[in-house]
Amino acid sequence: MSIWTTFHKWGSPRWFYQFSGRLLPWLGGLSLLLLIGGAVWGLALVPPDYKQGNSFRIIYVHVPASAVAMGAYMTMAIAGAIHLIWRMKLAAMVMKAIAPIGASLTFLALLTGAVWGKPTWGTWWVWDARITSVLILFFLYLGVIALHQAFENREAAAKACAVLVIVGAVNIPIIYWSVEWWYSLHQPASIRFIGESSIHPSMLRPLMATMAGMYLFFAWAMLLFTRNEILDRERNTRWVQDIVCGDDKNAESNSVL
Amino acid sequence: MTLFSLALAVLRRDLLAAARRGSEWSNPLVFFVMVCALFPLGIGPEPQRLAELAPGILWVVALLASLLASDTVFRSDYDDATLEQMLLSHQALYPQVIAKTLAHWLLSGLPLSLLSPLLGVLLHLPTAGMLALMASLALGSAVLSFIGAIGAALTVGLRKGGLLLSLIILPLYIPVLIFGSSAVKTAVDGGPFLPQLAMLGVFFLVALALAPLAIAGALRISVDQ
Amino acid sequence: MAQTGLEVRQLYSERDDRVLFADLCFTLNAGDVLQIAGPNGSGKTSLLRILAGLSSRYQGDILWHNHSLEQQRADYLQQLLYIGHGAGIKAALSPLENLRWSCALRGLPADDNPILSALAKVGLRGFEEQACYSLSAGQQRRVNLARLFCIPAQLWILDEPFTAIDQGGVAEIEQWISDFANAGGAVLLTTHHRLAINRPLRIIELGEH
Repeated sequence: MSIWTTFHKWGSPRWFYQFSGRLLPWLGGLSLLLLIGGAVWGLALVPPDYKQGNSFRIIYVHVPASAVAMGAYMTMAIAGAIHLIWRMKLAAMVMKAIAPIGASLTFLALLTGAVWGKPTWGTWWVWDARITSVLILFFLYLGVIALHQAFENREAAAKACAVLVIVGAVNIPIIYWSVEWWYSLHQPASIRFIGESSIHPSMLRPLMATMAGMYLFFAWAMLLFTRNEILDRERNTRWVQDIVCGDDKNAESNSVL
Repeated sequence: MTLFSLALAVLRRDLLAAARRGSEWSNPLVFFVMVCALFPLGIGPEPQRLAELAPGILWVVALLASLLASDTVFRSDYDDATLEQMLLSHQALYPQVIAKTLAHWLLSGLPLSLLSPLLGVLLHLPTAGMLALMASLALGSAVLSFIGAIGAALTVGLRKGGLLLSLIILPLYIPVLIFGSSAVKTAVDGGPFLPQLAMLGVFFLVALALAPLAIAGALRISVDQ
Repeated sequence: MAQTGLEVRQLYSERDDRVLFADLCFTLNAGDVLQIAGPNGSGKTSLLRILAGLSSRYQGDILWHNHSLEQQRADYLQQLLYIGHGAGIKAALSPLENLRWSCALRGLPADDNPILSALAKVGLRGFEEQACYSLSAGQQRRVNLARLFCIPAQLWILDEPFTAIDQGGVAEIEQWISDFANAGGAVLLTTHHRLAINRPLRIIELGEH
């Protein structure tokens, strides 16, 4: 099978639905294991930081959340590009599915950032480079979600969001870099949230676990949401109706195949 | 007909139409003045404090005025179906889009930058910052026009365009804001503001090269609803 | 002219999960006049917009001179003139200024003479320099239709060309269509009006697919 036929096979919603169905339990189980394991490790087993005490432990949620939120946006951009270039409907569904997940992860990163800030710096919010960039990423996500909802026509919505997401993806490095520059102007000698200060290896390992767990969680959630999207979009096809209506093979509804 | 003369024809027509429509083009400017006037009322009239905050205030308000103006760049052409003619031209959409965005800047961003010293005076901006203010706004608002045009092209076919446009575009405006206001602030502090202007220049060139692609794509999507 | 003009094969389009038309096939050659008929909402405007290249929401093949539309979009657009529902003119500008812009978009040399004669032909002599918002609805429609005469084309796609036109104007437009077809052009149009032209007229009904 040539690479193009494989590519187009992946673009079939039905194939994706069946394939993802098999992947889901593994992804879900593994991510849960890593997240809980990493969290327990980080929360209970790692000794407290000499400077920050126990509050540093929030990094085991905060760092993975913000890293995956960023990765999710780039994934969304790639899906959007695939949709625009190859007109693959599945790519549009994936793109739409990722948006709320990414937005939630960004929100989680902001929340945990605030929770970290309070005991460490005394305030619920600190305008440092990283947190500000995460906030802007949050706004970018909200923009994509709002744009999608504003269109009545689904295909136009998908194409428009694809354009917006690609524009956003191109801008993100510029935004992040500009915010870094801005922060360096105003707070030259400050402590960074995730310091370039060296992290002790014993603290780093649980972070790797929760990071991996978060990526897997994202993959799991992405597949789940995309499957919902597929069921919704392809609701007029027989295979979806079979799934939804159970074994009712003599369904009264006429399906347009 | 070359692409340049095509762009010129589009530019000419937009400026002509704007001239015929009277003072509509000046609405964002009035907004600019009014909102700047709100700040002393909100934070107090002490010259010291206003002077300190002036670079940021002026830039943020200019940004909002630019946002307001962006909504109109394609709307009237969409409403009277002349936008379709642009899309149906066998000639490239790219130079037409550049021409429209530049016309829009000439009517909104440029007047804004020319008016800004007056508002600088209102907000007690030190004289050292005036040139930087005008230059950064002139260059920066051109970038904002291009970014705003992307949002306008995406939302022109939607009935509830306005606020949605802001949601989409504001995050993308931020780098321009950072460097623009920094230019003014540095000038006020007596330092060199040319690096920041150079950065805005880079943004402009990138926007000029890439934004029309997104704008053209978005226009085709919006018309195909 | 042995080349087929416009050929449509197995055209399918849907909107909001509702099928507008499916397996639509027809050809349009030089001298043909084809009317697309059907009740409101049957997809007439959508079909015309697809054929004009404004919409890509379709499946199937559209061929112009035996080449697919996607392959030679620029050539096709150069030979096509589409006049849609909308005003098509900027109300703040005069007919002359509007048509100058339309001609510039089509890459035509900047020359007012063809424009002036086109405006005269549609009955707007003397109104060339007046702002369009001061013209009546019918006159504004005629400004848009004047494009038919200053922009050379082989295919006219007209969506409800008789809107806002009075009785005498309708007869005039029908004559223009006949003349154009006689000269070898092809016309595709939709209208609720019963066409009376002295050329063979084909009608395709949408809403039955």
